Amino acid sequence: MNASGPRSTTDEAPGFFDHPGRIKAIVYGVYITSALLFFADLAYHKHAYTPFEGWFGFHAWFGFIACVALVLAAKAMRRMVMRREDYYEPAEPETELDDAA
Amino acid sequence: MLPDINPGLILLVGGLLVPLVRGALRHVWLLGLPALALAVLIDLPHGVSGQVTIMGQTLETLRVDSLSFVFSLIFLIAALLMAVYALHLRDTMQHVAGMVYAGAAVAACLAGDLLTLFIYWELTAVASVFLIWARRTERAYRVGMRYLLIQVASGLLLLAGAAVQAHETGSLSFDHIGLDAPGGWLIFLAFGIKCAFPLLHNWLQDAYPEATVTGTVVLSAFTTKLAVYALARGYAGTEHLIWIGALMTAFPIFYAVIENDLRRVLAYSLNNQLGFMVVGIGIGTELALNGTAAHAFCHILYKALLFMSMGAVLLRVGTVNGSELGGLYKSMPWTTLFCVIGAASISAFPLFSGFVSKSMIISAAAKQAELWWVVAVLLFASAGVFHHSGIKIPYFAFFAHDSGKRCREAPMNMLIAMAIAAALCIGIGVYPAPLYALLPFAVDYAPYTLTHVMTQLQLLMFSALAFTVMMRTGIYPPELRSINLDSDWLYRRAAPALTASVAAFFLQLQAFARRGVNQAWRQLDAQVLSQARPGGRLVTSWRSGTLVWWATTVLGLIVLGGLLR
Repeated sequence: MNASGPRSTTDEAPGFFDHPGRIKAIVYGVYITSALLFFADLAYHKHAYTPFEGWFGFHAWFGFIACVALVLAAKAMRRMVMRREDYYEPAEPETELDDAA
Repeated sequence: MLPDINPGLILLVGGLLVPLVRGALRHVWLLGLPALALAVLIDLPHGVSGQVTIMGQTLETLRVDSLSFVFSLIFLIAALLMAVYALHLRDTMQHVAGMVYAGAAVAACLAGDLLTLFIYWELTAVASVFLIWARRTERAYRVGMRYLLIQVASGLLLLAGAAVQAHETGSLSFDHIGLDAPGGWLIFLAFGIKCAFPLLHNWLQDAYPEATVTGTVVLSAFTTKLAVYALARGYAGTEHLIWIGALMTAFPIFYAVIENDLRRVLAYSLNNQLGFMVVGIGIGTELALNGTAAHAFCHILYKALLFMSMGAVLLRVGTVNGSELGGLYKSMPWTTLFCVIGAASISAFPLFSGFVSKSMIISAAAKQAELWWVVAVLLFASAGVFHHSGIKIPYFAFFAHDSGKRCREAPMNMLIAMAIAAALCIGIGVYPAPLYALLPFAVDYAPYTLTHVMTQLQLLMFSALAFTVMMRTGIYPPELRSINLDSDWLYRRAAPALTASVAAFFLQLQAFARRGVNQAWRQLDAQVLSQARPGGRLVTSWRSGTLVWWATTVLGLIVLGGLLR
């Protein structure tokens, strides 16, 4: 993605997340935790003020659908609102901002 | 015993004296001012003081009550944190601007009347613009001008509203105003601009990410939360604020998902967080207003923390574009940790500060049956916050795919400021009682119920699940070098283009008219001339009979006219 950037990755130790196994573990961790939380609704009585909050697993599937809808809508929005970086004015070279750097 | 003076003035005057202090003494001065102001504020007796009489109007320059206290307190804590964060800077202008800006915001909070509020309101605008100009680029200059124009316009609306109120009621006092009061709409609009209401919002996303590394952190704390305070005092229970706030929580998150500049993502999410506070003000119950004050308190801390972490990235890497970053956890482990704490707080994970404050507002809405749709919107926005602030910011900056960029960890003073902010975020989340004790009304609310913890975890975990699934399947939109059009397009593109085309139209009309008149005159001239030539009508010799006929006809018409009179 960024061919011009400084690259010094060859002689350093691999980072924590450079092991593909760890990424896989995290992903499966998310799946399993989600499943457990979804079915946790069976185990206790929910105190809901609004009727829909009492539905089975409401916060789970609402959160999931909300995020998917959000991303898909935002993706579609890109077609309308996305412009080149120099749309308003020519891009300025990125400079170091602080004098102490 | 500390003197009973306005703590805002300590920062204001002390800030102006910064250029006189140099070396190590300056560090002591920069840290000492907010610390002293904090001590003075805590020591101040509640009540009204500092009366000044100008032109028959009594101004109350210092009003300490439970509402102004909690906002002033968090402003001063923020000022102290920012002093630590900016300590490495040698740029005097930023130190002065930041200190004066913070002082003006505190003094505005403590103002008891609208004229005093107006003065400090405008001072926050004038002082803060230097934090943008301090980048010292052409682009920053133009952004600053746009920002300043809008901020000053907000102040003028406030002044106009105050004038109407003073004329109608004879009083300038700043208490509950409401939309029906004289000048009520003008002041509402003034507050609305600074609070970034929908369509009045874009100055925020335009200006904040263009300020300096430390400037953005300072900007994020004061202006908008001053507006939240002013709305809470003047317009609590104004129903319009419920749908305005609900809209504010929802629409910025769409932009946050596709925005590439991570500080601009945070600016959009700031807008979304303000929405929660505005909804709370609109509902106007004790629980809702407590929620607004608590959320403003927590929000200033975690939002500053997030901006600090992105500032550290900008300082070290030179960019905060999501498309250029990734894998920075290897170079900046501490900054990564603090950013993740800020992300967890804004996402309202249990045991983090957002959890104990945001839920007060949602509960206040849920307790009113007719506001079920607000609850749905706020839950959608909560899921969205986690998605773009909680996951996107840390993921694209510090993890994702390794950009290959390697840099040093942030300077020590920045790390200390982030550590303090992070500690406060966790502290409030784990033990919210001290925060609840500061709120304007007695708190009868328990955040840690089984239902609340479980439902919140479900909401967040399934948002994370959605992110994971979309990332693995490639549905998630990649970070692209780009900008997105927002309402600033109206005044940056449409208005100039419209002005230009209107001007061009009139210029053309003028040229056309001039050409037309010239041509018509030339034609007339030519015709008259042609008739005056030999053989033309004007120079023919008329026969006497014709002449007499014409003379009689004209005479007859005159006589007829005279008779008919």
